[in-house]
Parts: sequence; C-alpha cells; structure tokens
Amino acid sequence: MPQDETHVTEVIRRLVLDWCADHNDATERKVDVASGDAAPLFGIERVLDSLALVGLLVAVEQGIDDELGVILTLADEKAASQVKSPFRTIGSLVAYATKRALEESSAHA
Amino acid sequence: MPEQVTLITGARKGLGRYLAEQRLARGERVYGCSREPSDLVSPRYEHFCLDVSDERAVRQMFSRIRKEAGRLDHLVNNAGVASMNHAMLTPMSVVESILSTNVAGTFLMCREAARVMQTNGFGRIVNVTSVAAPLHLEGESIYAASKSAVQTLTQILAHELAPFGITVNAVGPTPVMTDLIRNVPADRIASLLARQAIPRLGTPEDVHNVVDFFFRKESGFVTAQSVFLGGVC
Repeated sequence: MPQDETHVTEVIRRLVLDWCADHNDATERKVDVASGDAAPLFGIERVLDSLALVGLLVAVEQGIDDELGVILTLADEKAASQVKSPFRTIGSLVAYATKRALEESSAHA
Repeated sequence: MPEQVTLITGARKGLGRYLAEQRLARGERVYGCSREPSDLVSPRYEHFCLDVSDERAVRQMFSRIRKEAGRLDHLVNNAGVASMNHAMLTPMSVVESILSTNVAGTFLMCREAARVMQTNGFGRIVNVTSVAAPLHLEGESIYAASKSAVQTLTQILAHELAPFGITVNAVGPTPVMTDLIRNVPADRIASLLARQAIPRLGTPEDVHNVVDFFFRKESGFVTAQSVFLGGVC
C-alpha cells in the first residue's frame, strides 16, 4: 500500500535516532544527535566504523519492515551509485531511506 | 534459556530432513525450506517453499522468522544441486543452476541469517560442502568448484561475522545415500570410497554429529573450519 511521505520520514527518523541513542550509551565515539540532520555518521567526518554502520542499516531496515511492512535493502547498487554517500549524515540517511521505502511500497502496492 | 531457533535449507528430504528431525528432537523450533512442500509435521516446524537463490522470497522468509520467533540461532545451508558429467558435455544451464543454488543461495542465506543473528550477538552457521572439492573429482568440475567456493565463503564470512558473535563453519560429507548420489554408478562410488581413510558411505548421523558440535554454545571459538568426514583432507 502506498505510504504517506511525512509519516514514513517520521518513522525512519525515530528509528535512526533510537539506534543512535543506544549506540551513544555503549560507545565513546558518539553521534552528535544535537546537530540534528547535519550530524555526521559515515564518510570523511565519520563517527561510525564500518561495523557500526552495518548495525545501523540493519536496525533501520528491520524497523522499516516491522513498522511500515516494507522489506528493502539500503546498502544496494542505488546507494553505491550516489555521488555523495546517503549514509554521511542523519539527514541524508533519513532522506534516502524514506525515498527507498516509498519506492518499494509503490512497486509492490 | 529461550527456545533455540534453527533454519535448515533443503529440508524436505534426505540429509536436510534428518537434520530437521534431529533438531526438533532436541526441543528446538525449526524452520525448513525447499522448492517443494514438506510432509514433516510438528507444532515446532514450519516449512517455506522457495528457491534459495530467490532474493525476494528469501528476504520474506527471514522477515517472517524474525517476526514470529524473534531470533535465529542456527542455520544449516544444506540445499544443493549436483550434476555429474564430463566438462565437454556440461551445458551452461547446468553450470548456472549449480552456481546459483550452491554459491549464490548459500551466500544469500548467510547474509540474511547474519542480519537476524546479530541482534542477539549469537549465531551458528554451518555450510554443507563436499569431498568432491578436496578430492578434485573428475566429472564434477562445476559441482566441486561450487563447493570450493562455499569453503572460501565460509572462511571469509567467519572473519566478517565474528564481531557479531556468529561462527561460520562447513561440513563436507562423504557420499551419503541420498537422492543426490542415487544415480551415480556403483563402481564410481566404490573408487571414491577407496580414497577415504575410512572407506564407507557416510550416514546422516555422521553429518549431524559435526553439525551438533558446531552448534554448541561451547564451540564459540571454532570458526572458519571445514571438517571432511571419512578422513578426506
């Protein structure tokens, strides 16, 4: 079923922030969630190592499946082909995951 | 201790069916899959009809398992296809089928299982390889190559998944009397057995013994290993 973009964005932002909160409780290299969408995740200014990024993406994918009923892969060819990594900040990840969730939702409506 | 959850591919018959029954007998919740339906009945067993190389179907199965069981502790990648033929008489359709099921299917199942297992920081993956790889069996070039690929996958995934508490190992049975070898000529089986240290057919019990060892909580320091039965190395 096609989904409302605002709702999808809210759900995904909450999933990302929940994961960041758990991550920040467990490590010293914390995601600066106070910076909002600009908070760096992965890339030149990265705070997450590759294993942490795996954990974040899997958590967001599973959350999208649980809450929106959409099964998708975030680290796919589309992500790799972006000029700028969609995983560089909280905002870019939320925007990319929202776009992909809406695409998948429409494709299998 | 929560109920242990096990997924076995190729679970409809032969070795996979035996492994499913053994894990059920140990009180585990067991999921199985194969292309055709299973007649295995248990309140703790559920069967999925799918092709292990069909990404969409496999992801839907793991989504169901995660939502229903909330965890996955063990995976056995048993599904496999074989074709014995001289290389010059092997059609590309057979090559593609073997690589798709044995290599791509094994990778896909490992990838999706690891995504579920990592949430609990524990997992045991056992891939089924074959003595056809170390024995370099003539007439089985693609099958043996696919199983060599499974061994390499096993070793590399063991490193990639270790930080998540997941071990990845392989078991390489000698010929076991299943449908996979039922049409292999008797003299060919005999010559193969003669190359083993212990020259007899394997049994499902032999294979489960190794799987059970890899599954154990105490086997958390055992990973990236391929154990061949019958003294093949």
